[in-house]
Amino acid sequence: MANSQPPLALINASLIDPQALSQSSGGVLIEEGLIKALGPSVNQASLGSDIQMIDCAGDCVSPGLIDMRVFIGEPGAEHRETIASASAAAAAGGVTTLISTPDTSPPVDDPAVVDFLLRRARDNAKVRVLPAAALTKGLRGEELAEIGLLQEAGAIAFTDGAHSIRSSKVMRRLLTYARDFDALVMHFPQDHDLASPGGMNAGALATRLGLPGISPEAESIILDRDLRLVAATGARYHAALISSSQSLDSIARAKQAGLPITCAVSVNHLCLNENDIGDYRTFFKLSPPLRHEEERLKLVEALADGLIDVIVSDHNPQDVETKRLPFDEAADGAIGLETMLSAALRLVASGHISLPRLLARMTLRPAEILGLPQGRLAIGAPADLIRFDPDEPYVVDPSKLHSRSKNTPFDEAHLQGRVKLSIVAGRIVHD
Amino acid sequence: MVSAASSSSASRHLLGIQGLSRPQIEHLLDQAEQAVELSRQVEKKRNVLRGRTLINLFFEASTRTQASFELAGKRLGADVMNMAVANSSVKKGETLIDTAATLNAMRPDMIVVRHYSSGAVDLLARKVDCSVINAGDGQHEHPTQALLDALTIRRRKGRIEGLTIAICGDVAHSRVARSNMILLTKMGARVRMVAPSTLLPTGIGDMGVEVHRSMETGIKNADIVMMLRVQRERMDGAFLPSTREFFRFFGLDGERLKLAKPDALVMHPGPINRGVEIDSEVADGPRSLINEQVEMGVAVRMAVLESLSQHLRNG
Repeated sequence: MANSQPPLALINASLIDPQALSQSSGGVLIEEGLIKALGPSVNQASLGSDIQMIDCAGDCVSPGLIDMRVFIGEPGAEHRETIASASAAAAAGGVTTLISTPDTSPPVDDPAVVDFLLRRARDNAKVRVLPAAALTKGLRGEELAEIGLLQEAGAIAFTDGAHSIRSSKVMRRLLTYARDFDALVMHFPQDHDLASPGGMNAGALATRLGLPGISPEAESIILDRDLRLVAATGARYHAALISSSQSLDSIARAKQAGLPITCAVSVNHLCLNENDIGDYRTFFKLSPPLRHEEERLKLVEALADGLIDVIVSDHNPQDVETKRLPFDEAADGAIGLETMLSAALRLVASGHISLPRLLARMTLRPAEILGLPQGRLAIGAPADLIRFDPDEPYVVDPSKLHSRSKNTPFDEAHLQGRVKLSIVAGRIVHD
Repeated sequence: MVSAASSSSASRHLLGIQGLSRPQIEHLLDQAEQAVELSRQVEKKRNVLRGRTLINLFFEASTRTQASFELAGKRLGADVMNMAVANSSVKKGETLIDTAATLNAMRPDMIVVRHYSSGAVDLLARKVDCSVINAGDGQHEHPTQALLDALTIRRRKGRIEGLTIAICGDVAHSRVARSNMILLTKMGARVRMVAPSTLLPTGIGDMGVEVHRSMETGIKNADIVMMLRVQRERMDGAFLPSTREFFRFFGLDGERLKLAKPDALVMHPGPINRGVEIDSEVADGPRSLINEQVEMGVAVRMAVLESLSQHLRNG
């Protein structure tokens, strides 16, 4: 992203600072792709008349979102999503940095694929696309991937995507090896045997629908194993997705013990529950499954008090062929890049969390975990910014979404806070 | 008739017992009584479905349910076509929705569907213009089985309300158990689910039934002992250690049946596994209603078809 564009100022905004957890009136001056000045002093009077100004009319301006879990489909599943379509959806949703998962075809287990993705992103993406690479070769959970070489090629972190590593021995070696490179291990904890053939949360609703269930133990058993191994090895570990209060208990204990761990929850698990499945609605078939309402509320609480570090979209585009099937046979996953912010804003509207704190979970916190300079509203930080009005209502129309796949669980939902402007490195990528 | 699904075309289909009210169930049972009488005459044919086309679409092999629907359709004058999908286009990769669209274009009036996935019949029902009848979907529902069981019980006991009914065996994987549980509790019966814990689904205790983990307490003083079929593949150590251990603790033999009321009756949706869940002595004995259930099956399906035919196009 070249930085040859002229200076740009956003004025008359409500600035959200995820570091200070504050919200205040002012403006932002952007030069050379960076934040040059900010605060109440950046206004129409103080700026020269030759600077391009956008009057935000009191709307919120915050750092752009950093989404740590996005499946794109390039290479190998371009019919579901390409880097171009994913980044358009991201820009429209206020996501200015996304981490792509490696479960593509071929998988991102070779430095050449990392290089391919970075080149494709440079040529086609409106937002920053940072590839995560595989933990194990072929995502098979058996042999270590070339973590060092992949990191040199530009992999931001390591994960087997939707695959969970079965072997405790492999996991132990991975964590031991990753530590030498200070590599971040982002693991999806799920005991495959215990979870299969489940498709939704185990419980009364699954019984009524005649669907096999996935118990929370399928998640917490592997998470507990991982946390023990982190204690033994000292590797940096990020639970890529958790869904239950059992897992929260484990995370709380590990954090209390001072382990280098963090965790994420998807916006779906914060805003939806198993009842949304209704009459076998496959757009609500997710992995991990949507849980009971009580569990959702515990996740929201843990988000507010900081036990949960990060909100991800867990963007997973699926086409008609993989979703218009009986529930058992349908694929997991939902798209989320474009609705992530608005959906999460429901938690602000419901009084569960403050706006700056919510945004910190999607900006500053992922930036800290990934070691990125963006995600902050600070002088000298990259000018990745978004403008939105958190109170402006709209109805989600899937046909207008930028993603190639339309499997949104927020189909026809009434949301608030559509993104009006997205800026990446000082350049407007969506307005 | 209201379907289990909240689809817009609710009244056209029979997708589950869940969506039926007690008066609707009673009405169907009353209609079925008349069908029983008709079926016992030499002249068994009526004309209510004359000119109508009924398709039996079975994604899962079935002898008795398919035959039962076929006979029911024919006795009401419909043209009946059987499609065994196990050896058709689905094997060539056609999706359920494509199959539905293809059949829909042939303008049937009713489709009877059995499918191995829960919710599949519901999905198909949304994609066709005709009536859809659930002949069993995955582990979800099998509404006509529950109706025929209710008819059998009502005819023998004169009522359902207040009876103690023990449903025993593989509750977890049984759509028959689910539909019966819903119907019988709606009708005011005391329903017990009797199974080893590995064959009890999560949350079953919150569904208005008593849960028993031993046959001794489960069938004690029961009016009806309803045995479920246990698939042999569940007994290879996955859910149960062995066939003989299951029979020892959960099988129904003459000795164990003495724990139930002296006039207790025995039911089974069939096909039975002799010596696995039920002893031949009981299955073939005077208190067994197994063959009567089959007869009631045809009658109930006639009642269902006739009732739905009132919602058909130009009907």
